[in-house]
Amino acid sequence: MYEGLEMRKVYAELLIELAQKDDRIVLLEADLMSSTGTKAFKERFPDRLINVGVAEANLMGISAGLAVMGMIPFAHSFTAFATRRAFDQVTISIAYSRLPVKIGGADPGVSAELNGGTHMSFEDAGIMRNLPGMTIVEPVDSVQLAALLPQVISHPGPVYMRLHRKNKEVLFSPDRSFTIGKIETLETGEDVTLICSGMMVKQSLKASEILRKEGVRPRVLNMHTLKPVDATTIIQAARETGAIVVAENHSVLNAWGSAVAEVVSEHCPVPVFRIGVQDHFGEVGKSDFLMEKYHMTAADIVQAAYSAMDKKR
Amino acid sequence: MSMDATQTNALVSKANEIRRLILEMIGKLGVGHIGGSLSIVEALTVLYYKHMTVDPQNPLWEKRDRFVLSKGHSGPGLYAVLADKGYFPRSWLDTLNRPNTNLPSHCDRLKTPGIDMTAGSLAQGFSAAVGMALAARMQGQGVRVYALIGDGESQEGQIWEAAMFAGNHGLDNLIAFLDYNNMQIDGLVSEINSLEPVADKWRAFGWNVYSVDGHDIVAIDSALTLGKRFKGRPTMIILNTTKGKGAFFSEGKVSSHNMVVTDEQWREAVERLRQEGEPVTSGEGR
Repeated sequence: MYEGLEMRKVYAELLIELAQKDDRIVLLEADLMSSTGTKAFKERFPDRLINVGVAEANLMGISAGLAVMGMIPFAHSFTAFATRRAFDQVTISIAYSRLPVKIGGADPGVSAELNGGTHMSFEDAGIMRNLPGMTIVEPVDSVQLAALLPQVISHPGPVYMRLHRKNKEVLFSPDRSFTIGKIETLETGEDVTLICSGMMVKQSLKASEILRKEGVRPRVLNMHTLKPVDATTIIQAARETGAIVVAENHSVLNAWGSAVAEVVSEHCPVPVFRIGVQDHFGEVGKSDFLMEKYHMTAADIVQAAYSAMDKKR
Repeated sequence: MSMDATQTNALVSKANEIRRLILEMIGKLGVGHIGGSLSIVEALTVLYYKHMTVDPQNPLWEKRDRFVLSKGHSGPGLYAVLADKGYFPRSWLDTLNRPNTNLPSHCDRLKTPGIDMTAGSLAQGFSAAVGMALAARMQGQGVRVYALIGDGESQEGQIWEAAMFAGNHGLDNLIAFLDYNNMQIDGLVSEINSLEPVADKWRAFGWNVYSVDGHDIVAIDSALTLGKRFKGRPTMIILNTTKGKGAFFSEGKVSSHNMVVTDEQWREAVERLRQEGEPVTSGEGR
């Protein structure tokens, strides 16, 4: 049903629908309304979308003030500015104050494309993961977004959403359900586990297809929630498959790869290989080019899977 | 409504009492943010004992007015008022900054009854107060939001982001105070990074501005009364204050921001205030 629609269009439609039922919902923008796609919301609820202008610190402060008065604010910017630019505000006014502000970051990782290195965040989820009580989700497609959004709203604490706003591809059937904090099993297998999120889900499914042709049966897990970590499912995968590859559209430091390695090393040590950005800044380029250049393709995942399996005890 | 002499005297004497509570609280601990707590006593007194609609027995009452102490390090000043108003037992004041206390250095909404918003990382409380005033306007329950910022704090860019927004949105249910004692940790505000012309700055950002003697109960009351009536713009009341006001060892001293206080010092200062607070005609001690 969402086929061919940009995720931001679906996002705005979903928020309109949810806001009709819940008058606590308000949206805040910092001059990126057209990027985050919420113009339609503004037209429907002119008084419930507040554009603070180019002022991300104040965006978070005002959102915190709205939340402490019982509203449910959605604060939007690019991932880079919603996190690192306003990190102390997110830390103190929102997380430390335990306020249910929903932070939407658009253009995660390489999807910042032609905005280039300054706007390309490979560290956003990693730094947000440091905040006690912060929930972090990255919807793969509009179906997953639609399933998670009502949970984001009813969640009593702050949530950070990584939104791949221009994504039009739909991977899941419309009736599929997802739960915040619960890893979704996409494919079952016993030889190696591929854990993936966001843009890397498609690459991981492709890698799985290649591996299967070569006689390897990978388990594919979609870790749409980075925090809280679904340790149970990760430990089970470590035990049953003995080797793990994590693929993320993020630095391999501090986010998905790190979270999986932390769980595995404490509870069931097995080789964990991390596909993602190898500790460098971004640059201008289309996603395909950047993923190729940064070794984030299906072929890279296949190679990592073999390396991980080689190291199995 | 302006005050008669009895009301004024009652508030003056209440401020004296609050000041003594602050000295005792920080004195017993031996160190604390005494300067900025003492400089805002009159403003807090006029606010909490005359202007704000609150219910200390029901600190989360939805229709209460809100107060955000954005210069969160002056928490002890506010704790003295909240304890006296009955938000929590006075005995809590002796727990300031001690292990497992509900009264931390910087105001924390999750720990202290009566603290409406967490603050401490400077300028953030003010930004939140603007958001709270916006929410109050949307909710239409007649809730007013008060905020108090510091002069050193006013060097933060976020203060001006929030000021611009509040001015442009005409948030007339928001009244802010600036504690203009001209002192910050490293020296004089005027020498480190001056705010002048500060009243003009706030006017330029779309605010209704008053500048008063921040230790004059009547002047603060008048400004608040006018500010509450003013339509279409938020109000900024610049409090011209003296840091560490009312204690011989801290008054007018840059070092009073966060200072060590000896037992002799605070006891002597409390005693002097007690004498000062006695009505001249009565001559009877308590």
